[in-house]
Amino acid sequence: MDGIPIKTFTVGSKLLALYALASFEDSVFVVIPKSGERDTFQLVSVKLTKAAGQDLEAKELSVVLDGVDASPKCIAFGREGEYVASVKEVNLQVYFFKRKQLNRFSVSAMKTKSGKNHFMCIACHPTEDCIATGHADGKIRLWRNFHHKKEYTFSTLHWHHDTVMDLAFSLQGSSLLSGGVESVIVLWRNESERQRDFLPRLGSAIEYISVSPDGTLCCTLHTDNRITIINSNLRFSRSIQGLIKSTNVKTGLVVDPRTKALVLNGEPGHLQFYCLQSDQQLFSLDIVQRQYIHQAGLNQTDLVKVAFSAQGEWLATVEEREEVTDPELQLKLWFYDEETQSFKLNTRISMPHEDHITDMCFRDIDEVEDESLILVTTGSDCVFKVWVMVEDTDPEAQQSVSWSCDFVGSYHNYQATNCCFSEDGSLLAVSFEETVTVWDSVTWDLKCTFCYSPGKIRNICFGRLTCSKYLIGATDHGFLCCWNLLTCALEWSAYLNVVVLQPDPLSEHIAAISWLSKDSSLFVFKPNEPRPIYIQRNFCKEKIQLAVFVPREEPETIGSAKYLWLRRSQLFFLTATQELITLSTKSLEERLTPSSKQLAVEESLPVTPFSLLLGKHRRHQSQEDIDLGKLVVRNKPEQDSPAVKELLHTPAHVLPSASFLCPVFINSLLISKENPSAEEVADEVEMESEKTEADSDEERDVTEMEQEDTSPVELLGEITCKLSKSQEKELRKLRKMDYSWISAF
Amino acid sequence: MGEFEVHRVRFFGLVPAGVRCLACQPRGTRLALARTDGAVEVYSFAANYFQEKVIPGHDSRSVEALCWAAGDRLFGAGLNGEVTEYDLARLCAARSVDGCGGPIWSMAANSNGTQLAIGCEDGSVKLFQVVPGGIEFERNLDRRKGRILCLSWHPSDTHIAAGSIDILRVIDVSSGQTVQRIMVNYHVQKVKRECVVWSIAFLSSGTIVTSDSFGRVQFWDRERGTLVESHTVSTSAVLSLAVSEEEDSIIVGTSTGATYQFQLLPVKAGSLEKRWVRTKPFQYHTHDVRAVAHSSTALISGGLDAQLVIRPLMEKMQKKGYDAALRKFTFPHRRLVSCARKARLLLFQFSQHLELWRLGSTDETGKDGEVLPLCRMPEHLVQLKSKGPEHIYCSCVSPCGSWVAYSTASRFHLYRVQYEGNSVSIKKVPKMPKLLLPAYQLQFSSDSSSLFVASARGAVHVLQLLEPGGCKHQHTLRPPSGSPEAVYLLASSADGHWVAAVSGDWAIHIYNLKCFKHHCLVPTYSCAVTALAIHPVTNNLVIAYSDQQLFEFSIPEKQYTAWSRTVQSCGLHRVWLERDSPITHITFNPKNPSHILLHDIYMFCVLDKSLPLPDNSALLMNQGTLKQLPETARKRQLHAFKICKKFQPLLFADLLDENCLVMVERPIMDIKTQLPLPIQQKKFGT
Repeated sequence: MDGIPIKTFTVGSKLLALYALASFEDSVFVVIPKSGERDTFQLVSVKLTKAAGQDLEAKELSVVLDGVDASPKCIAFGREGEYVASVKEVNLQVYFFKRKQLNRFSVSAMKTKSGKNHFMCIACHPTEDCIATGHADGKIRLWRNFHHKKEYTFSTLHWHHDTVMDLAFSLQGSSLLSGGVESVIVLWRNESERQRDFLPRLGSAIEYISVSPDGTLCCTLHTDNRITIINSNLRFSRSIQGLIKSTNVKTGLVVDPRTKALVLNGEPGHLQFYCLQSDQQLFSLDIVQRQYIHQAGLNQTDLVKVAFSAQGEWLATVEEREEVTDPELQLKLWFYDEETQSFKLNTRISMPHEDHITDMCFRDIDEVEDESLILVTTGSDCVFKVWVMVEDTDPEAQQSVSWSCDFVGSYHNYQATNCCFSEDGSLLAVSFEETVTVWDSVTWDLKCTFCYSPGKIRNICFGRLTCSKYLIGATDHGFLCCWNLLTCALEWSAYLNVVVLQPDPLSEHIAAISWLSKDSSLFVFKPNEPRPIYIQRNFCKEKIQLAVFVPREEPETIGSAKYLWLRRSQLFFLTATQELITLSTKSLEERLTPSSKQLAVEESLPVTPFSLLLGKHRRHQSQEDIDLGKLVVRNKPEQDSPAVKELLHTPAHVLPSASFLCPVFINSLLISKENPSAEEVADEVEMESEKTEADSDEERDVTEMEQEDTSPVELLGEITCKLSKSQEKELRKLRKMDYSWISAF
Repeated sequence: MGEFEVHRVRFFGLVPAGVRCLACQPRGTRLALARTDGAVEVYSFAANYFQEKVIPGHDSRSVEALCWAAGDRLFGAGLNGEVTEYDLARLCAARSVDGCGGPIWSMAANSNGTQLAIGCEDGSVKLFQVVPGGIEFERNLDRRKGRILCLSWHPSDTHIAAGSIDILRVIDVSSGQTVQRIMVNYHVQKVKRECVVWSIAFLSSGTIVTSDSFGRVQFWDRERGTLVESHTVSTSAVLSLAVSEEEDSIIVGTSTGATYQFQLLPVKAGSLEKRWVRTKPFQYHTHDVRAVAHSSTALISGGLDAQLVIRPLMEKMQKKGYDAALRKFTFPHRRLVSCARKARLLLFQFSQHLELWRLGSTDETGKDGEVLPLCRMPEHLVQLKSKGPEHIYCSCVSPCGSWVAYSTASRFHLYRVQYEGNSVSIKKVPKMPKLLLPAYQLQFSSDSSSLFVASARGAVHVLQLLEPGGCKHQHTLRPPSGSPEAVYLLASSADGHWVAAVSGDWAIHIYNLKCFKHHCLVPTYSCAVTALAIHPVTNNLVIAYSDQQLFEFSIPEKQYTAWSRTVQSCGLHRVWLERDSPITHITFNPKNPSHILLHDIYMFCVLDKSLPLPDNSALLMNQGTLKQLPETARKRQLHAFKICKKFQPLLFADLLDENCLVMVERPIMDIKTQLPLPIQQKKFGT
């Protein structure tokens, strides 16, 4: 496996699932939408012609099954590719290739009491004629004798109380693995209802199960974007996880000042600390400290708000249990314990507000004065509360300080929606529905109010550094307003439907993300300047839910004036489907191949003059890296990238003759001119467009826009891709190379 | 439909006895069933599983095993240590032979039905030769300690597999020696409990299938004595097991009431390797499934909850129809209740006693569906206990309520009941004429002056009842051609002119009572008669058959009536034909001669001959929709069948007078409360 594509076949329609079988060497099976009909899919076999060339058209398509489900879990190929079975709703169809016979079976939808015995997934026994199907009511049916339309039979295994999400047979077929919402993997031995083993507490609902080809391992993919590897004797081996996908990111994106990790909802009731640089979870902090019950439709306590103090010493969390009548609330304050290197619960306040807590912030002062630390919470019960640290008078107490309420403020019985401290901490802005109030943070006097009707205030923030006299607010009627705190007057307002307003903590810049008719646009502005300094329209098809500026460890040297605002911090976005996106200032070539893949490829190179040459490059580069104190090799010299790599990565049998390659190679080692000519730029664009396509596909279901100024938007989310079989195949297929570098000469 | 005041009777405390064993006639169409009270019943597959024959039980004759041998001879064996042959024509135990080995737990016939093997308490297996007129002891096979709980012949008749406690043995028939001894628990470590092999089957391939008290169904290799496959189907015992004739399917019954099917399926298409796979689970019973049988088209199971469940194998069904539906039988297919219309009394027949009740009455009237308050509660007047170990065959109360008669296998009793105010006196009629017993059906004439006694060989005795308490044998009616079968149904006309008798060969003979002569024979129909009655006005005989057909035969004209011919040419409604249970009683409304009232377990129907018959597209049970229609539209929708399903399960329905009905119900829940508690099973979510 060198990760280099050999051939590319173009089928011509969207491929939803791909199956390759050992017994069909010259064809693969894909699921494609049926032309002319919506939401109808068919399984077709694609003949892979043996013609020469890299890019081929696969024209010979033959329909195997009609009306199949789009999910790759719903089709399975039987023993030695003798038959294919597909399930959809209440129907099972089996097609025998040799006899060209199609058998259809169905389970009656009406008979069951629960009424939902729809098929959900299917697996075929590797050596016997046996099909296992998983159903929505938690039953597993084992079908046999399905060669006969009438004398077919099935037996039932029932343990799951909710939908069976996926099934997999072991290599010999002696056992069957099943998983579902319960987060338990069940091993059924000998297809017997009594002989079963369990591996419980896998964290979250199991979405896919896959068994390794040698049968020693199996892995499960979970709904929270995690892969668990399990030994065949049902012992947990390890898990692969990056950003955990939680059902709903209620906490927003917060940066831990201490580790610079991104903090957000993780596992249910947990706070995850996600390291952006290494794409790893640093740790998961159990906030709710209650057993999570893996069952659909239960109201369970979850984390809704989180805030860090400026130094990261204090962490405030709010947890809530959704109840229609009165929510169960808890405010917890955690102190960072240097000894144990973790947060320790300091104060637990139950029912801090009568109703939902809408916002929470610490007074952000960089000075290390504990007395100045103030926490403000706003609630739907029309008040905001100020919490301060007090000396604990109880001598028995293990800690010296605890938190208590200091001040309760309200304004005309309006619901408090947002709160924000000014940079120096002297002023507190609290928004009450349509009004913004500004309070003195020492005396708690109401200083002034701003009102810009119509519309309720959605977001507020203070300007920073030179713009600290401005207060920015966004309303839900689509206005962005900027008030001058010195004159207490509206400075300017703009018509913009802002969903996210995020100030950069290290500069004056404020990022506003608007959502207008299916497109998100990004605006970066300084409050004191009338024109935004950066506009990126329609940069994402999905709704951006959250954004955050993450301070860079080192200010970046950015050539383009356009991206100067990204010099000190990096902007990250979280979309509605929980994909994490960032804006990158780097050039396209650098991010074409992810570093890990690059390294893997390079390490597998044999010792050749080329590799020695490359090695030199690398040594040189790593020295640089060490000097800079960087961990990851990303910032490579420009000339190193395309040509040399392409040359080295392309298999020898598809390379053009050496005489042809030589000038290309030498050219690539020359230091190029600073300003590429217009022609080259055009080439580059062409290349980029092709590569971004590959890139976006690789990053799965991310729609990356093409624009004339091809913005370097980089996707970081979902790096731990859900590598189900079909997607693996998809990936393999997509590792196509780009040979436009040849055309450049 | 007409409006009736209904006596909804729920005080008939019948608890049917549990099913103990089942036996399918090999290559035949009949199923024998034995109940825990010793009663033996025969169901006919050909006649829509009609309960053709009932041999009432006997206290000292429990039946542990039943088997068919030599074609259609039925043998039973029980804990009294005797092998009994049943006379299916005369519906009684014919001959008994002592097994000389203590209680008999199991019995099996060889493949051609010439030999019987019995397994006894003392651990012996004995062979009996089936000879004309009975059975003869042949020899003892190897005797070891431990009762033989189950037996099975190898289809080639060379070996017998016998299951005992913790052990199963294979005995060579020719030498009588034990050739294989298998400890069923040998490989299970540290088991203190004993393992009872409840049931066994010997397959022609040499595989022995056992079911045991550990909930396992195991497949053993006879030659090597090794375990081939083991399936744990239940946490409690697997009590019964039956193999299909093709040996590709097995049904097992467990003590939790669940039954499972095992099928021998090829591992791969076209390959010879086959494996037993547990396929379908069924949960029709609440209690122990003590007996299972595997017919060619259905899985049959019987449990201690008295249910007989026939679950057809859909893959063996050619078309949808009566056979392709699940059948559950709890109640007998015959009448256990008789009604004295004029005296408003009900006589309930239990296995060993009779109860006479007076119906309650009310003086209020109300609207449709209203419950009327009673001014007099129903009253339990008399309980008549039958003496001796024999169970009651039949009973009857006269329409005037002053005579009660019942019969057991060897005795016939007639009582004179007198009512003096609130007190009831009962007097046995002495000097009964000597009759050929038992009586299979009793019927009083409508004026209570004579009693018809259905007897063996197609005979009907007519007894004249004399005041104040005597009786005289008047005449014996016999079919002119003779008949070996007993009469099991009787119907007399209201004018006392005619009596119709149905014998076990389903021939309906009509006799003239004025001259005591055979009048005619109703054209034979190839199905069992389930009920018949003579119309009080027209003297038409209405006959219901077990295939749900209805016929009307004019006795004076000796031919089917025009209406009956119309019914036959048009055909009955599909839903009517696919009904579950047979019509058990027919009666008429004297006010409206065109009405026929009939009922089965699940419905009560008023058949209006004046209305058109429904075709298959019409809704058969249309009473509910009719109510919502306006008067004019209702007219168009009317058809002959007016069905009421309000009363279920309906054991008896009769018309007391023009607008008063009595309905005897026996709710299944009431029976369930009388049964012992079922095995506790953990149910998820409770």
